[in-house]
Amino acid sequence: MPNSFFSNFNLARHQRELAALIAYVALLVFVGIVAPSFFNAGNWRDLAVANAPVLIVAIGMTLVIVAGQIDISVGAQFAVCSMLAGALAKTGIPMPLLLLLVPLIGAAFGAVNGVFVALLRMPAIVVTLATMVVWRDALRWITEGTWVQGMPANFQWFGLGQTMGQVLIVAFAFAVLVAFYWALGNLGAGRAVYAVGSEPEAARLAGINPPRVVLAVFMLMGALTGLAALLNSIRFISIPSNSGLGLEMKAIAAVVVGGTVISGGRGTLIGTLIGTALLGTIGTALTFAGINPFWEKAIQGAIILAALASDVVLSRIRNSEFATGSKGTLQIGGAK
Amino acid sequence: MTESLLLQANYITKSYAGVQALKSASFELRAGEVHALIGENGAGKSTLIKIITGAVEADGGELFLNDQRITANSPQYSHSLGIAAIYQQPALFPELTVAENIAFGLERHGLWSRIDWRKRRQRAESLLAQVGAKISPDALAGDLSMPEQQLVEIARALGAEAKVLILDEPTASLSEEDTNNLFRVIRELRARGVGMIYISHRLEELPLIADRVTVLRDGNTIETRAMNEVDRQELIRLMVGRELSAVFPKREVPIGEVVLELRNVGSQAAGVRDVSLTVRAGEIVGLAGLVGAGRTELARTLFGLTPADEGEIWLNGERLTINSPTQAIQHGIAYVPEDRRRHGVVLDLPISHNITLATLNRLAKFGALDFERERELSVEYVNRFAVKTPTTFAPVATLSGGNQQKVALSRWLATEPRVLILDEPTQGIDVGAKSEIHTLMCDLAERGLAILMISSELPEVLGMSDRIAVMHAGTIVGVLSRGNATQQNVLSLALGHGANA
Repeated sequence: MPNSFFSNFNLARHQRELAALIAYVALLVFVGIVAPSFFNAGNWRDLAVANAPVLIVAIGMTLVIVAGQIDISVGAQFAVCSMLAGALAKTGIPMPLLLLLVPLIGAAFGAVNGVFVALLRMPAIVVTLATMVVWRDALRWITEGTWVQGMPANFQWFGLGQTMGQVLIVAFAFAVLVAFYWALGNLGAGRAVYAVGSEPEAARLAGINPPRVVLAVFMLMGALTGLAALLNSIRFISIPSNSGLGLEMKAIAAVVVGGTVISGGRGTLIGTLIGTALLGTIGTALTFAGINPFWEKAIQGAIILAALASDVVLSRIRNSEFATGSKGTLQIGGAK
Repeated sequence: MTESLLLQANYITKSYAGVQALKSASFELRAGEVHALIGENGAGKSTLIKIITGAVEADGGELFLNDQRITANSPQYSHSLGIAAIYQQPALFPELTVAENIAFGLERHGLWSRIDWRKRRQRAESLLAQVGAKISPDALAGDLSMPEQQLVEIARALGAEAKVLILDEPTASLSEEDTNNLFRVIRELRARGVGMIYISHRLEELPLIADRVTVLRDGNTIETRAMNEVDRQELIRLMVGRELSAVFPKREVPIGEVVLELRNVGSQAAGVRDVSLTVRAGEIVGLAGLVGAGRTELARTLFGLTPADEGEIWLNGERLTINSPTQAIQHGIAYVPEDRRRHGVVLDLPISHNITLATLNRLAKFGALDFERERELSVEYVNRFAVKTPTTFAPVATLSGGNQQKVALSRWLATEPRVLILDEPTQGIDVGAKSEIHTLMCDLAERGLAILMISSELPEVLGMSDRIAVMHAGTIVGVLSRGNATQQNVLSLALGHGANA
């Protein structure tokens, strides 16, 4: 009896994830040859801790993009959630409660996007562009650029000390990855996300409620952003009001490089993990290789373009394979 | 006579992915005549028009305009030769003014040339005056009514000095007054020597406007006659005159209790009104009608997509309210939609996921999807319907049309429905797969399913149905039993003439 997990795996359907993995391995091999000192435990730990919050946001972004949407307000949501996390901590709320509260606040921000997109049927790009500006500038206006400082001692590293705190951050990211990987594959709701992103009308005819799915996805995105913001904040003794700048681009890039199709319906979290690792490693790897780290962004951009281009080329090849199928649907009925 | 021949199409053939849309279509148009082109749904009218306008390329045959052979046709080329087409749904830019719309395609200028707004307005005014339209050139096209937009299109065609004007169902959504006005414009154009191809399902208006009529059937030109030599009966006979070419695997199965009953059902949003119909267990009821008669709209109302706002829907003696597909599915109503590739299946998803998409909540075991059950279910359906695929994990996009339709059917049978609505179940699939689907329908009826089948193919309706309900203008205008139904009386009802006509 074949295990569905493996028989489900089809190499041809995962060539984009594979491409990202090959690029990642190639990067590691290159750095390994040029600068073997890159491979030390401390460096890997720093990379893991710094990229764990990005991974959590990218997981949410994968859901959003697979559902055929986009959310560019996550950087601003991240900033607001970070400051609120610090402010709440100062009121003396116990840390475990904070772990519940901040994601809930994030979910509320996500719900705002979701209501506009799912219920009022406005394009996600416009809605989230607007909410991005609103959250960011409201924050700037309220805080006047000041930082949140003087959190209680049990805020940094959750009071567990640096080592345990770092383990906790990475463990959270990993737990979120496993949970969402499982849910996307094993829950009806996960199927619904793919179906809605692939063809909302077909999903609706199959008894799925696309607006509800879209709303849920935006709320999950917000909750994950809140969690990422909290986990990121506990690394520092003060929280700046402009954190999360450019986070939306990092997350979207990781998702796209990881093989998720930008138009929705296809993508995996394994790809997102690889994409996050690849884009999160480049900067440090370049430094170790003695290349000016100012190149980081340019190289990241090139990788994203390459990922998108391969998408177009691959889908063109696939379409020509299926050309016979698509011709069969030409309407040759009555004169309309 | 030949010197006034504007357009000539000889023995045109065209096939789409193995389906022969035109076998041998011939047509000629003289200057200053209105030549009606009629035929059933799928007779090939659209395809012939598309070949004349250059939207699609013919596989064979010849096309002449003014005795010049047209070899490489394209929309731009046919336009430059003076061929213009006006469709049932006007194709204007709603955000532009009438004058701009008329100028579009008429004015030729380079990137840097200035627009002479005054001239543009004046020309629009004079063209609109020629078609007798009282429309301001500065009005936005989107603000105009449908008949007004049609007149703007005709004005534009006039401006382009069209010699051949194709009118595709121009009166389908016009009131009597607007129709009369349109006919007046058509007569004026005829007097000026414009040749017009007039496509219409309204046979009764043809004697008022057409000079000659050509009947297409199954991709062949059957006959061209002078309009004053034929009557409506004769035209209907020419349109359907074929024998049932295919043999349908229809089996007699015992008909059971009434499963679905509609009492004066209507939906304003769907444009369906006062529909009363029963479907019994084991019965296949065919829903016939012309494109736009409201068949798909009725199906969508029953499935909760455009909920009924009047009348009653009864299922197994229980009155239902169906406000969403989810409710319809819960009540045991399944709908296999017309547009298979966009709505029937999700192309990106594997076969197995497609089959279980409407039953995900039943597939869950302690919240999680039961992959073993999903595998069993999809293998069962793939085997039962002989879906040609190496694995149930293949994306549905890799399958042929017939196999995709079997997957769509599987999804709905997995919901264990009591009523199955099939919308054009065999459209665009090859003959072999068609016959398999027909056999399947008989199997399902035998198991006691109540089946409502929408089809634009009269032979399929006649060959597969126990009873045939014919729709016209949003309602059922007649129900014929299998024994009484003929192509003539079904078509006659569909054209809105009553069964005894």
